[in-house]
Amino acid sequence: MATPTLTRPTARTSTSEGLRRPRKKMTAGKIAALVVAAFIAVLWLIPFAWATATAFKTETDAAAPKVSWMPPSGFTAEAFVKVFQDGNIPLWTWNSFYTSAAITAITLVISALVAYALSRIDFKGKKVLMTVIIASIIIPPPVLIIPLFYQMLALHLIDTSWAIILPQVIHPAMVFVLKKFFDQIPRELEEAAVMDGASRLRIFTQIILPLSRPILAAVAIFVFIGAWNNFLWPFIATNDGALLTLPVGLQTIKSAYGIQYAQNMASALLAALPLILVFLFFQRQIIKGVATTGLAGT
Amino acid sequence: MSSSLASRRSTGQPDIATATQPQQTRRPSQSRTRSNLSGWGFATPFLVFFLVFLVWPILYGIYMSLTGKSLTGANDSLIGFANYAEALADADMWRSLGNTFYFTVISTVPLVLVALVMAALLNVGLPAQWLWRLSYFAPYLLASTVVSLFFTWMYNPQLGLFNDFLSKLGLPKVAWLNDPNVAMWAIVIATLWWTVGFNFLLYLAAMQNIPAQHYEAASLDGAGAWRQFFSITLPQLTPTTVMIVLLQILASMKIFDQVYQMTAGGPGGSTRPVVQYIFETGFTGYRLGYSAAISYIFFGLIVLVSVMQFAVTRRRSA
Repeated sequence: MATPTLTRPTARTSTSEGLRRPRKKMTAGKIAALVVAAFIAVLWLIPFAWATATAFKTETDAAAPKVSWMPPSGFTAEAFVKVFQDGNIPLWTWNSFYTSAAITAITLVISALVAYALSRIDFKGKKVLMTVIIASIIIPPPVLIIPLFYQMLALHLIDTSWAIILPQVIHPAMVFVLKKFFDQIPRELEEAAVMDGASRLRIFTQIILPLSRPILAAVAIFVFIGAWNNFLWPFIATNDGALLTLPVGLQTIKSAYGIQYAQNMASALLAALPLILVFLFFQRQIIKGVATTGLAGT
Repeated sequence: MSSSLASRRSTGQPDIATATQPQQTRRPSQSRTRSNLSGWGFATPFLVFFLVFLVWPILYGIYMSLTGKSLTGANDSLIGFANYAEALADADMWRSLGNTFYFTVISTVPLVLVALVMAALLNVGLPAQWLWRLSYFAPYLLASTVVSLFFTWMYNPQLGLFNDFLSKLGLPKVAWLNDPNVAMWAIVIATLWWTVGFNFLLYLAAMQNIPAQHYEAASLDGAGAWRQFFSITLPQLTPTTVMIVLLQILASMKIFDQVYQMTAGGPGGSTRPVVQYIFETGFTGYRLGYSAAISYIFFGLIVLVSVMQFAVTRRRSA
């Protein structure tokens, strides 16, 4: 790992170094930092590596009492084949995908609308509304599971996807993040449109939203990751095997397979794959998303 | 969504039209009415969800906590504060609250410090930033179930990686998830691996916002890297640190997933957090009213912690 990373900066030096970062040299301190950073990275990658090594073993090798990175009977994709034949992982992935997408879409629409009102429109009761929304940030979702479950029973939504989706679309913190972003958009941009008699909705959709793409993407990513990985509420809201999301489905697999370590790890890796792939594609946006939306608390 | 707005708008239109000439001439009273209408119009979709799926459950939960309601349908009548009285005398509830606080205390420190170290390392300007960032952050993208499967396997007393490593060092094996003295720490290690990447990114973003001139001035004055870190970076990060600690405490107090999946609260209830106790009294014990009462005691404590944190931050910034 160390060799390619060490050669990179020198290559960069010859091309663009002079322009961008004038004092970028590999000092002793930097090399020390690199060693420590690499050490932590290795520690952090071990669980992935170990799970992968196990997933490609035969069950016998995985259950052998001696820990081995290189199994005696060689690597095999048997566990993955079995998990796939099972058919559950694709179903659960699909369930996770469409519930998370629905949650993200509804969250974005309703949060952007209310954030726009809070940012740009002077209306009676705005301060109260703002205070209530900010105050609701501290409500921990787990304390609502009991009444929410009862509410879903009463609405006959238990064992439908709506039970998973509906309670997850309220993100007061995200409203706040969007409002702060809208606040920074210069009012002059809207004034011409107001003079022309454009409606609020038109200003919102044609001026504000296009300018807010980065923050909308950030909020979308943040909400999507949260919904995708949520365990407690989907676990309570659905018993129907056909509706299970990935995290809830995986929880059932553990007991079903008993001590089949290779299959367990293969399932876990397959479940991890979609978001890791998404991350590889949208690395920059995701990092920005966490940084901007996460920082909103200040 | 937009259709409901449109209809709201059109019902509002007539009285505006009768009041004055429409649109172009904007008199204060007219524009105020319009603003009120459009303001609440834009807020309505959110408010509907907010009222139905947040405010109503909160209120209904309070009502439930005052009844003997159970999943089996018995006793819907009000019983006053009996549930609360029972909960306050319930050793299991106190134990689960204690576990939650214990986890919060012992997890917050490493989750903040390791994140700071990770960000400081990368802030030096290392090559292959993306690789380190990816390694530190990737676990955050996993579902708790995946993390639990990984770690249950690594903690396996006979076959697991942790004990293999210990025995290579000549140390005795540890019953990671089965020893009441160790289990919570095992969960902290898994949680650290899983979620530290989030705090790390917050720190990294904050560090990269510190103006370069500060460092340039300092290095002209002959300050070395350590000196710069302690005299510039750390002080500049104070608001970020405060925020990360606040967010982390609130997040840690909600712990449930990884405990439920790795130890199911065991051994002997030594890791059972309060959220799991709420879940169990409600869904396994069928006592919804009692469970709701415990929820509100927990909620009250979270509010208390938040208010205290808020007070501390205010005093510090004042």
